[in-house]
Amino acid sequence: MARQAPVRDVAPTVQRLRMRYAKRGRLRFTSTRDFQRALERALRRTGVPMAYSQGFNPHPRISYTNAAPTGTASEAEYVELAVTTELDPEAVRAALDAALPPGLDVLEVVAVRSPDFAERLEASVWVIELPGVGRETATAAVAAFLAAGDVPVQRLTKSGMRSFDARGPVVRLEVRPDAPGAEDADGAPCAILDLVVRHVTPSVRPDDVLAALRLVADLVPPVPSRVTRLAQGPLVADASVGAAMDAVTDPLAPDRG
Amino acid sequence: MPVESVFPQLEALLPLVTKPVQYVGGELNAVTKPWDSVSVHWALMYPDAYEVGVPNQGVQILYEVLNEHPDALAERTYAVWPDLERLMREHGVPQFTVDGHRPVGAFDLLGLSFSTELGYTNMLTALDLAGVPIHARDRDESHPVVVAGGHAAFNPEAIADFVDAAVLGDGEQAVLAITEIVRGWKSEGRPGGREELLLRLARTGGVYVPSFYDVDYLPDGRIQRVAPNRPGVPWRVAKHTVMDLDEWPYPKAPLVPLAESVHERMSVEIFRGCTRGCRFCQAGMITRPVRERSARTIAEMVDNGLAKTGYEEVGLLSLSSADHSEIAVIAKGLADRYEGTETGLSLPSTRVDAFNIELANELTRNGRRSGLTFAPEGGSERMRKVINKMVTEEDLIRTVATAYGNGWRQVKLYFMCGLPTETDDDVLQIAELASRVIETGRQVSGTKDIRCTVSIGGFVPKPHTPFQWAAQLDHETTDARLRKLRDAIRADRRYGKSIGFRYHDGRPGIVEGLLSRGDRRVGAVIEQVWRSGARFDGWSEHFSFDAWMAAAETAFAGQPVDVDWFTTRERDQAEVLPWDHLDSGLDKDWLWEDWQDALADVEVEDCRWSPCFDCGVCDQMGTEIQVGPSGSTLLGMPALPPRGAGLVASAADR
Ligand code: B12
Ligand code: SF4
Repeated sequence: MARQAPVRDVAPTVQRLRMRYAKRGRLRFTSTRDFQRALERALRRTGVPMAYSQGFNPHPRISYTNAAPTGTASEAEYVELAVTTELDPEAVRAALDAALPPGLDVLEVVAVRSPDFAERLEASVWVIELPGVGRETATAAVAAFLAAGDVPVQRLTKSGMRSFDARGPVVRLEVRPDAPGAEDADGAPCAILDLVVRHVTPSVRPDDVLAALRLVADLVPPVPSRVTRLAQGPLVADASVGAAMDAVTDPLAPDRG
Repeated sequence: MPVESVFPQLEALLPLVTKPVQYVGGELNAVTKPWDSVSVHWALMYPDAYEVGVPNQGVQILYEVLNEHPDALAERTYAVWPDLERLMREHGVPQFTVDGHRPVGAFDLLGLSFSTELGYTNMLTALDLAGVPIHARDRDESHPVVVAGGHAAFNPEAIADFVDAAVLGDGEQAVLAITEIVRGWKSEGRPGGREELLLRLARTGGVYVPSFYDVDYLPDGRIQRVAPNRPGVPWRVAKHTVMDLDEWPYPKAPLVPLAESVHERMSVEIFRGCTRGCRFCQAGMITRPVRERSARTIAEMVDNGLAKTGYEEVGLLSLSSADHSEIAVIAKGLADRYEGTETGLSLPSTRVDAFNIELANELTRNGRRSGLTFAPEGGSERMRKVINKMVTEEDLIRTVATAYGNGWRQVKLYFMCGLPTETDDDVLQIAELASRVIETGRQVSGTKDIRCTVSIGGFVPKPHTPFQWAAQLDHETTDARLRKLRDAIRADRRYGKSIGFRYHDGRPGIVEGLLSRGDRRVGAVIEQVWRSGARFDGWSEHFSFDAWMAAAETAFAGQPVDVDWFTTRERDQAEVLPWDHLDSGLDKDWLWEDWQDALADVEVEDCRWSPCFDCGVCDQMGTEIQVGPSGSTLLGMPALPPRGAGLVASAADR
C-alpha cells in the first residue's frame, strides 16, 4: 500500500500581497533560486502566515515573475505572496526588508486588488554601463544595431541552445549624452546605454543586446559591463519619446486603488 | 593600520566566473568587525569549495566564539575554483575573506579546518594566493601563523612543512587560549619575533609546532625517534576536550548562506564522542569520551536556531545520534513541538536496530518516508566482529523488515571494502544479504515497489585507531572485489532489479591513505602534485590519481619509501608511528590489544553501559563520560510565537 500524502487542514488564502524589491551591489550576483531561498527563510523568520500547498512537501505559495538574470542589478523585481491572515502591507514590507540582507531590499508591498499582473509587465528599462568603452564607439555600435533589420544571437536557455532575434523587441537603445557618470572614477571612459526592451519569449536580455552589438559593430567591452534593471511595467503609447525611464508606467498602480 | 577590502578588484572578475555568489559573502548572521577595534585577527578556512565549507559546524562555532571575544575578530575564507584562481593571479587579487573581503595575508592567524586530508592542496593554493610562503620556515613576522585543526590534524605530519602549528581536538577553548597568547605577545611589542610566539604556544603543551620537533629515520625508512629541539617544548602534545557541552551551545547564530550549499539545513550537535568502538572509525576514537547535551539544551538550540535562520529542517548531529540517552524524549518532544508546522527533523540514522526506526517514524509523523540509511559496514558476520560492529544478520533483517513494514520504501546500506583480513567471500555476502533484504521487504510490505541500495567504498586505515598498523588493500584488488560484487548483484534474477549498487573506486583511497598515515616525507609529494596543478582532490572531476603517483615517484626518488610503503604495508608493534608524539589519550598498548582482538574476531563492549575497559583516554585527559538521562524535559518551554504577530492589519486598515 503506497502511503497517501496526508490531507492537512491548510489554512486558506485570505490575502495576496505584491512586492517590489531591489537587488543591489554585491548581491546582484544572487540567482533567482538564491533569492527564493533567502525570501522563504525571511518569511519564516518574520512569521508571515504563508499559505501552503498540499502534498508531501508543502511549499509556501509564492509566485516569482520575470526575474533579472544572475549578475545584473535591479530596482524592479516583483513577487506575489499568498497569506492566511489579512496583513498590513507596510508592516510586512518593513519586516521583510529587515530580515533580508542589505542589498536585497524590499521597496514596496501592496495588497492585490487587480488580476493579470504578469501581463502588465510588458517591457523593461535597463541601464548598461560599459567601463572602458568610449562614447563615440558606443554611439556607432548602437547606430549599426538600430539600423539592422534583425540581429540573430544565440544563448543557452532551459530548452537548449536557442537562436533568436535581439533587435525586434528593442524599443529603444541610446547612449547617454555626456554627463557626470560618463567617466569612471579614475577618468577612464565609460559609456552608458539606456535600453527599453519588450518582453517576448525567449526574452531578450541586456547580454543578448551586448552580443548583438558585438556582431554588428565588433563592440567588445574590455571589462564586464554593469547592468541594472530600472523598471518594468506597461509600455506607454509612444515609448520612443521622452526619458527612457518614462517608457513604462508603474505596474502596481491598479493595486493602489 | 586599517586593512582595505579587495572587493572592488574582485568584483570586476566575478562576472567571468561560475557561481559568483559564493564569493560575495552576505550570509545571514555573519559578522564583520572593524579591523582596528581588536588586536587579534583570525582568518578561518575550510579548504574546500564554499558550498561544502560554509555549512561546516566546526568553522561556524570557532567563528562565533572568536567574534564574541572583545579583542578578537574572525572572518572566513574558502577555496576558490580554478577559474577564479586564474583570474586572481592574472589581476593580482589575493586570497580574501568572504566577510570583509580582507586579504588573508593581513591576518595574525590563519586557522584551517581539515575534516579530510583531501583539502591539503587547496591549502597550498590559498597560501600562495595570499602571498604567504607555502613553507613555514620561509615565513616572517609579517605573515599569519598558520594553524591546522579538525580531525586530520591528529596526524599533521604530511603538512608539517606548510603549517606553523596544529591543534588536536575540540577548538572552542583552544582558539581562545591561542588568542590570549597572541594578544599578550603583540601587546608586549612582539618580543623574540615569530620564534618566541611559536615557543609560547608550544610550551602550553596544547599546540603542536612541528618545527620544534626533529624526526630521525632508520636506514630502512622507518622513524627512529621524534624529539623536541627547543627547551621547554614537551615530548608529547595533548588533544583538547570540551567538557559540559551545555555550557557551549554553539553555534548560537548559525550562518545561512545565500548560495546553495551541500547541507541545506540547520544542524544541532546532540553529543560529542562515541565509544561504540568501531575499529575503523577515527572520529570515534579521537573524540572520546561521550559528552551529551541535555534534552533541554538541545530543544533550546533547535528553537533558537530556527528563529535565527528560518531553516525548514533541523538535523540532530553526532557520531551515532540514536545513542543519546534521552533521544526518545528529544525526538518525541521536538516532534510534538513542531507538529503542524512545516519544520522537518532528521537524524542521520545508521544504527541497525528497531529503536532507530521508531525514532525515524516519530520524526516523520506527517512527512514522507522516503529512505532510511543503515551502516553495517562489514559484509559478513565475521567481518563485523573484526571491526567491532556488533550486528548479526538476523538483527539486520529484522530491522529492515520493521522499516519496510512501517511504510519506508527505500533502505540504503553502507559497507566498506578492504577491511583487515577480508576476503572476496566476505564482500560477496553483501549480495546475499541484499537479496534477503528485498525478499523480506516484499513480504512485509506486500509490494514489489521497494528498493535497497548498497553503497560501498574502500577502507582507509587511520591514525589513532586499532587499524593504524593494518595494511591498506591495494586499489587493484579493491576494484576487482567490487566488480565481483556488482556482478553478483546483477546476476540475481529475482531481486537484482530492486538492488541499487553504488561504489567508489579504490584509487582516491590510496592517496587518502598516503596522506593520513604519512610522515613528513609526504610533504614533498603534496607540494609536487600541487605544483603540477592538483586542486580540489575531494572532487572526482578534479582528482588525478596519475598526477599523485607521478608526484610521489619524483618526491620519493632515492628514498627507501614509496606509496606502497605508506599504504599497503602492515606495521609491527615496535614501529614508531609518525603520530606517536601526538596524544589522543588512547593508550598505544590498548590500541594494540584491540588490534589483536580484531584479528582474533573478538568484540569489545561500549563503556557507556559496561565497565571502563581502560582505553586510556579519561585517565590521560582528565575527562569522564557525560551521559544522561539528565531528566530534563521540554516541559515549560515557552510556546512558539504565533505566526503573523505584529504584521496583522488593524481594523482601520481594512
Ligand atoms: C555533517 C557532516 C558532513 C556534511 C557536511 C560537511 C561539512 N562541510 O561540514 C557532508 C554530508 C557534506 C559531509 C561530507 C563528508 N564527510 Co562528513 N560528517 C559530518 C558530521 C556528521 C558532522 C560534522 C560536524 O559538524 N561535526 C561537529 C563539529 C563541531 O566538529 P568539527 O568540525 O570536527 O570541529 C571541531 C574540532 O575538530 C575543532 N576544529 C575544527 N577545525 C578547526 C580549526 C582550528 C584552527 C582549530 C584550532 C580547531 C578546529 O574545533 C571544532 C569545535 O570543537 C561528521 C560526524 C561528526 N559528528 O563529527 C562527519 C565526518 C566529519 N565526515 C566524514 C567524512 C569522511 C566525510 C566525507 C569525506 C565523506 C565522503 N566520502 O564523501 C565528506 C567530505 C566533505 C568535505 N570535502 O569536507 C568523517 C571524517 C572521518 C574522520 N577522519 O574523522 C566524519 C567524522 C564521519 C565519520 N564518522 O567518519 N559530512
Ligand atoms: S577511558 Fe574508559 S570510560 Fe573513558 S572512553 Fe575509554 S573506555 Fe570509555
